[in-house]
Amino acid sequence: MEWGLREDLRDCVVAAAPYGGPIALLRNSRRDKTPGARPLLEIYSASGLLLASVPWKSGSLVHLGWTAGEDLLCIQEDGTVLVYNIFCEFQRHFSMGNEVLQNRVLEAQVFHTEFGTGVAILTGALRFSLATNIEDLKLRRLPEVPGLQKPPPCWAVLAQDRVTMVLLAMGQELFLLDNTSCSVLVRPSGTGCTRPRSRQRAVVLAWERQLMVVGHASESIRFVLDEDSFLVPELDGVRILSRSSHEFLHEIPAPNPCCPVPAEASQEIFRIASMAPGALLLEAQKEYEKESQKADEYLREIREQQLLPEAVGQCIEAAGYEHEPDTQKSLLRAASFGKCFLDKFPPEGFVRMCQDLRVLNAVRDYQIGIPLTFTQYKQLTIEVLLDRLVLRRLYPLAIRISEFLRLPEMQGVSRILAHWACYKVQQKDKSDEEVAQAINQKLGDAAGISYSDIATRAYDCGRAELAIKVGWWPGGGDAGWHCHPRVTPPSPPGQLLEYEPRSGEQVPLLLKMKRSKLALGKAIESGDTDLVYTVVLHLKNELNRGSFFMTLQNQPVALSLYRQFCRHQERETLKDLYNQDDNHQELGNLHVLGGYSQRVSGRIEGRVAALQSALDEFYKAKNDFAAKATEEQIKLLRLQRHLQEELDKPYLDLSLHDTVATLILDGHHKRAEQLYRDFRIPDKRYWWLKINALATRGDWEEMEKFSKSKKSPIGYLPFVEVAVKHHNRYEAKKYTPRVGPEQRVRALVLVGCVGDTRGTPRGGGTSSGELEQAAEAALERRSEAELGLVLARCEPGPGGDGLAERLGRARAQLLRK
Amino acid sequence: MALAGQRDAPEPPDFGILKRLARDQLVYLLEQLPGRKDLFIEADLMSPLDRIANVSILKQHDVDKLYKVETRPGPGASDQFCFLVRPRVRTMRFIADIVNADKMSGRSRKYKIIFSPQKFYACEMVLEEEGVFGDVTCDEWSFYLLPLDEDIISMELPEFFRDYFLEGDHRWINPVARALQLLSSLYGPFGRTYGIGRCAKMSYELWRDLEEESESEGQGRKPEIGHVFLMDRDTDYVTALCSQVVYEGLVDDTFRIKCGSVDFGPDVTSSDKSIKVLLNSQDKVFSQIRNEHFSSVFGFLSQKSRNLQAQYDRRRGMDIKQMKDFVSQELKGLKQEHRLLSLHIGACESIMKKKTKQDFQETIKAEHSLLEGFDVRESTSFIEEHIDRQVSPVESLRLMCLLSITENGLIPKDYRSLKTQYLQSYGPEHLLTFHNLKRIGLLTEQSAGETLTAVESKVSKLVTDRAAGKITDAFNSLARKSNFRAISKKLGLIPRLDGKYDLKMPRDMAYVFGGAYVPLSCKIIEQVLERRSWQGLEEVVRLLNGNEFCVSALRRTALPGSPSTLSSPSSWGAAPSQKSRRCASWARSEGTSSSS
Repeated sequence: MEWGLREDLRDCVVAAAPYGGPIALLRNSRRDKTPGARPLLEIYSASGLLLASVPWKSGSLVHLGWTAGEDLLCIQEDGTVLVYNIFCEFQRHFSMGNEVLQNRVLEAQVFHTEFGTGVAILTGALRFSLATNIEDLKLRRLPEVPGLQKPPPCWAVLAQDRVTMVLLAMGQELFLLDNTSCSVLVRPSGTGCTRPRSRQRAVVLAWERQLMVVGHASESIRFVLDEDSFLVPELDGVRILSRSSHEFLHEIPAPNPCCPVPAEASQEIFRIASMAPGALLLEAQKEYEKESQKADEYLREIREQQLLPEAVGQCIEAAGYEHEPDTQKSLLRAASFGKCFLDKFPPEGFVRMCQDLRVLNAVRDYQIGIPLTFTQYKQLTIEVLLDRLVLRRLYPLAIRISEFLRLPEMQGVSRILAHWACYKVQQKDKSDEEVAQAINQKLGDAAGISYSDIATRAYDCGRAELAIKVGWWPGGGDAGWHCHPRVTPPSPPGQLLEYEPRSGEQVPLLLKMKRSKLALGKAIESGDTDLVYTVVLHLKNELNRGSFFMTLQNQPVALSLYRQFCRHQERETLKDLYNQDDNHQELGNLHVLGGYSQRVSGRIEGRVAALQSALDEFYKAKNDFAAKATEEQIKLLRLQRHLQEELDKPYLDLSLHDTVATLILDGHHKRAEQLYRDFRIPDKRYWWLKINALATRGDWEEMEKFSKSKKSPIGYLPFVEVAVKHHNRYEAKKYTPRVGPEQRVRALVLVGCVGDTRGTPRGGGTSSGELEQAAEAALERRSEAELGLVLARCEPGPGGDGLAERLGRARAQLLRK
Repeated sequence: MALAGQRDAPEPPDFGILKRLARDQLVYLLEQLPGRKDLFIEADLMSPLDRIANVSILKQHDVDKLYKVETRPGPGASDQFCFLVRPRVRTMRFIADIVNADKMSGRSRKYKIIFSPQKFYACEMVLEEEGVFGDVTCDEWSFYLLPLDEDIISMELPEFFRDYFLEGDHRWINPVARALQLLSSLYGPFGRTYGIGRCAKMSYELWRDLEEESESEGQGRKPEIGHVFLMDRDTDYVTALCSQVVYEGLVDDTFRIKCGSVDFGPDVTSSDKSIKVLLNSQDKVFSQIRNEHFSSVFGFLSQKSRNLQAQYDRRRGMDIKQMKDFVSQELKGLKQEHRLLSLHIGACESIMKKKTKQDFQETIKAEHSLLEGFDVRESTSFIEEHIDRQVSPVESLRLMCLLSITENGLIPKDYRSLKTQYLQSYGPEHLLTFHNLKRIGLLTEQSAGETLTAVESKVSKLVTDRAAGKITDAFNSLARKSNFRAISKKLGLIPRLDGKYDLKMPRDMAYVFGGAYVPLSCKIIEQVLERRSWQGLEEVVRLLNGNEFCVSALRRTALPGSPSTLSSPSSWGAAPSQKSRRCASWARSEGTSSSS
């Protein structure tokens, strides 16, 4: 051991993490209880290298323990639990509750369940309190142990399937304490640390200078210890720590009878005079190296029994349980030698073992100090091992290992690099520039790194500048056509977050760092409107109104999004927005919209007021057209209300056209005339409107009067059409002579067809009469299209035939020309 | 040509998967709220939902009562409310009102909001502002694509056009990108992706980013979709503004086809109730006439009914056994066909009635002269008369927009007078309508604004990425030049006619508009696919304001308009006929066609 410890271990509070984990030590705390003493809390690697130390300033420490994630739990007398990381950096603290605080902690234990790490406490009131998972702290107070007068000499926490119990010894009796009750166990058995994986269960007990292994068998094994020692239970054995040494006591893996393939291991091979195939193979290989013919004899012997595959397998497996590289090598060499004589021996096992051993030997190195056994390693998995290396900041080794094992980048190298970068940004002695440069160089070409994590870390330790710093994409936002803008790290170090290709990660962090404007730019670039909204609404709360609007002014995309939001949620804000940039047109529109979204029934003041404001805005916007239209509308509204009151009919909300039409329909010709003049309704419209309304009203007399009032601006065909539409052939005929020559054919055809479609001709004359006239007119005008029109209407039948024939001839003649 | 293409076209991929996926997800989401619940459905989600899961499926999963969003729950409502909604602020306020009302009256309920297709942050924000964010749980129903027929899929996003083109709101781009992602994950990577327009480009880029982030493993799959074409609606307004003259188009004009189905009213069904009819290629009658010019539809239908009669008549002179076979095998089919036939004949009559009333022939004539660009004065007066006579508010606007686009804006005098006329006819609130139409460049005034649009197009030439988006946004409010005339000349969109256009055996895509005009978007697709790139179309692209791209699947990186070296064995067909169909959503511009 490297630690050069002078104190007796028993005077220190010691805790060592399983799986070859680190050792925490609080020196002299047991002996020197003076309140002013500042003992040193030290953390060593399993090989005794000092990882970190810190003077213990807090209250009196009762117990140390490690969590599954290799955090150190320091349990104080008052029930406060302080959590440190492996480098003695304070993480957080929590309390074990009031009851513990009052009664003080007498003893404590840290235990592991499949759900996490728990803490159990024996209070001064001789009651047990425990929390099964410190990540999700739920305190439980166990029932009283009847007759417990003094602290039990030995107790342990047992956890299985979500049930946690305390096993304690009191005198000759054993008690099992669960949530509700305390029961006495009938058959006493040993205490200490049992190792369930072992074939033969055994308990290891340590006294001052003696170690005893007790199993089911009647006799026990005793070892003499040279020094004060501390036992660390492991999955497959016990680590024995002392001032000068760190040993591992474990059972040699024996043949596993359950396994159908005889996977015999070390024991078989190294047993004295073993004749196991593995042992023979090892011998054979040794002889072979000595160039002795015995090699062949041994080999023959194995092959005769057809046991060569087993022999190779044994050697490979046994290598895993050896700690000495030389022994590992000779076993593997033997396996490789034996493999030569086998066809199709699957190589995976051999390769994997070589890899595993390489990794194991690397981490077992005293510089690293993680003495894992093969079994522990398999249980721990390579991922967790890498995590532990990262936790110890052994980044290069972790990267080497993951490269050596060819782990996928995302799990391996990239992840480790990201951790490294997170650590790097915390090094406050280096300048932002330096750190950024370093990160750039290393991370430049690694895939799938979450830069936002690194930036968050940088920000959390107060380096906002750095967070935005590190690596600037050439035109990061320009999502051109290259696949991923992961080009060579550019020379001027830019900003960390710029490296983050996912805007979804980038933006929230930028917001957190109060780089809202930058965040806005990023969000817009990403094309993700949700992100833009996030930033915009964030900005809205962060900035005062004026500067918020100013910010938006420069970002049209954000502005239009915010407008959309306001349109539905806060219309008043929208007005302010438009006001700010003097957008009078939109303001006017808003007023119009506002005016029309309120229903009017009799009362029009609200709408008129809205329109009036709109009018002002339109004038300001120099939109004469809109202004005039609005003005007219106000006028119309007032008039409509007047009409409504006077004529007791709903006029509001009608268009000008409909208003006039309704007036005519109701026979208020004078008023209609008035509106026509007041609103300067174009003549054409007025005529259309009037004849339609009159026809609907059936007021043919008025229509005739109207037709004669002056020359029709729309011609007289519409008169015919409107009469035809109302099936009034008589009236229609009246206007046909007045239709201009261009349209006369059409008019005649229209009139001619009234009878046809209705079946009952009205007003005298046969339908063919008009058709004939139409034909004449068409012939006269020599218009092919018109001839066709008439022809199409000529029904084959009496009287029609002759006409059709004649027309056909004429058309043919016309075409010939 | 179109017909020939259709015959060669390979089997389309099975788009039914999309439906099944959507249904399974919806069921899963409903089950997340176990027990009886009332379901509130957004009005415009009802038709799509109907195509995915009918009421009985909903009932199977404990849906008790169905409400339309905006209706208040009755007194006997369940203890659990589920809202199936679009991510809209208005709807959020409605939900918040319900929750708050319950709180006031001391009722405790569980509320779950299912957003389709996505949740927007703004919605959560509103819920928070209304103080109910903690009371509701939110989920997303990733229902992006609805197969309307075996060869047409729609996103059914009614507000896409308004939000993007008018308000400059980009939030729907994400759903489009996600829809593309869904398509490529289901049907393998696309052989080639083409596109034109800024929105198309942004969608494409976002989609590509999504694909990169997800690192989908679909790369090795056999591609079922050969070409994907993304096109902005504003590239081709003209096509949407022309009167439709094929049967399906007219049915849509008259009855509104919603999600591939139509409600035929009592005048069509000649009974006292209306019937909902699914219009797709399963309908044997419809599939034969949907793409026919309306003038030939009547003839076809009467021929069909004679055939049908003949088949019915076969039963005379049958012996018992034959009769038995006839009844068991053919009669049902005949009856079905009979029913459909009478429906379509009824529909035809309704269309005729409506169109005659509106002077359809005259309108078409005016449209054609606008497209060809002669007698503009006369067309203008026709439009004026159209407005004066209050023929139809939408039709009038349509004609005005067509005039504006083909003539690059109205001359100031007409612009004022037509607007005045319109306001007088249909009410002053249309002042806003005109403002909006001007903003998206559908109805503009010829003015000095042209110099600015020239600057704009220059700018977007220089920077062809998202950054340009910001600049163009600034110009968004200004009218953009339509250049229709020049494009039309360049691409030959107005067929030269010698003699009468034969509508029965059409020679080009113009048949969908009675031979007067080849739809611009379809022409572009045809041209690009022929060239397998935009090469040679530089002038057209410039006139269309650029932003074109062409990317093949194998090489993920390509420059805009780069010459293609890749040739994948894929054929393309049936698009022109598809284009003639009007589909409410933007997905129409995804000319997805398939290759084997």
